[in-house]
Amino acid sequence: MSRIVHEFTTDIPVWKPYVKPLDLAEASPEQLEALKITPSNTKVSDYVLVLAHDVETLKHRTPLFNGVMYNKGGLSRAEREIGAVGASIVNRCIYCAAVHAGRYNQLTKDEAVIDAIFADGVDAEIEPRLKAILDFSVKLSKCPQDADEADMQALADAGLAKDEILDLILSTALFGWANRLMHTLGEPIAG
Amino acid sequence: MAETKDVIAEIVGIEPGSALAQVVAGRADIMALTQQTHDGALMPETPGGLSHAERAALACRIAKINNESAFEAHFEALMDRAGASDATARIADIWFDGGGDARLKALIRHVDLVAHAPKDATRRDIELLREAGIAEPDIVRLAELVAFVSYQIRVAAGLRLMRGLA
Repeated sequence: MSRIVHEFTTDIPVWKPYVKPLDLAEASPEQLEALKITPSNTKVSDYVLVLAHDVETLKHRTPLFNGVMYNKGGLSRAEREIGAVGASIVNRCIYCAAVHAGRYNQLTKDEAVIDAIFADGVDAEIEPRLKAILDFSVKLSKCPQDADEADMQALADAGLAKDEILDLILSTALFGWANRLMHTLGEPIAG
Repeated sequence: MAETKDVIAEIVGIEPGSALAQVVAGRADIMALTQQTHDGALMPETPGGLSHAERAALACRIAKINNESAFEAHFEALMDRAGASDATARIADIWFDGGGDARLKALIRHVDLVAHAPKDATRRDIELLREAGIAEPDIVRLAELVAFVSYQIRVAAGLRLMRGLA
């Protein structure tokens, strides 16, 4: 029995594609290169095998994703995850929300913030700095022009330095991208 | 073939030497990868079933859905460069739904949905593309195009707001 997950959760579902993943036996050298397939590394997720159908974006997308979420300096890794979660809530990407809410919880050893966001969305009662981050992320995700000067000022007033604001813009926008793949090309099944 | 410029820097108007340019320089690797993905999504060497002109026209449509006139002008220029026919250029007309062309109609419907309200997308939306004769790799190419342009527009919108910070 497979059950599609419709509610936000930190239990990571199984992602089941609507599109046929690339068959590695039919992969081109360029596809194998982008997938970093070597004789000792043949484990690739269905998600990445689906994206391998468009290798000319995938080959840049992987390093871009890792840079935006994990590179040094700027916004803390945990706060970047809030940008990802804000976007994933707007776009109702249950899978992305689960993975990145879970990462936030792991990094901070605190589940209260995510519980509040999953329960109350933008009305979540969380500390002002996280609230400013979440609000901005939600607005930029819904409609880019919904975010205005006041939202930007709120980030600065909450103590975010410019390099931190840039990282928040990037992690939020990145999930505008990731959600449009993950949520439209497959569905989350309870694990 | 590939673009050498930085589309976001141009559209936001990041002045060399400005405070914003300095901040963005800290993430120069990300901005370069963003431009490379732009070229890969709009002007791939292997376009499959979605021509460069169609990609530019669909991207132009996404810019209009987001009320982003600077991106609209950018993608119009790419349409011209790709030598878009009148029929293909019509894809960028927000009031055009594909008319009697089942393939175009399916492409346009899907792009409008995923650009504007990805939360509403379901399995059925992928089936509709398939029923209109769109091949599996082209479904993924289309998804990446909408997803990437949605990202690029948001990065630019955020940077534009940053320009106003003291």
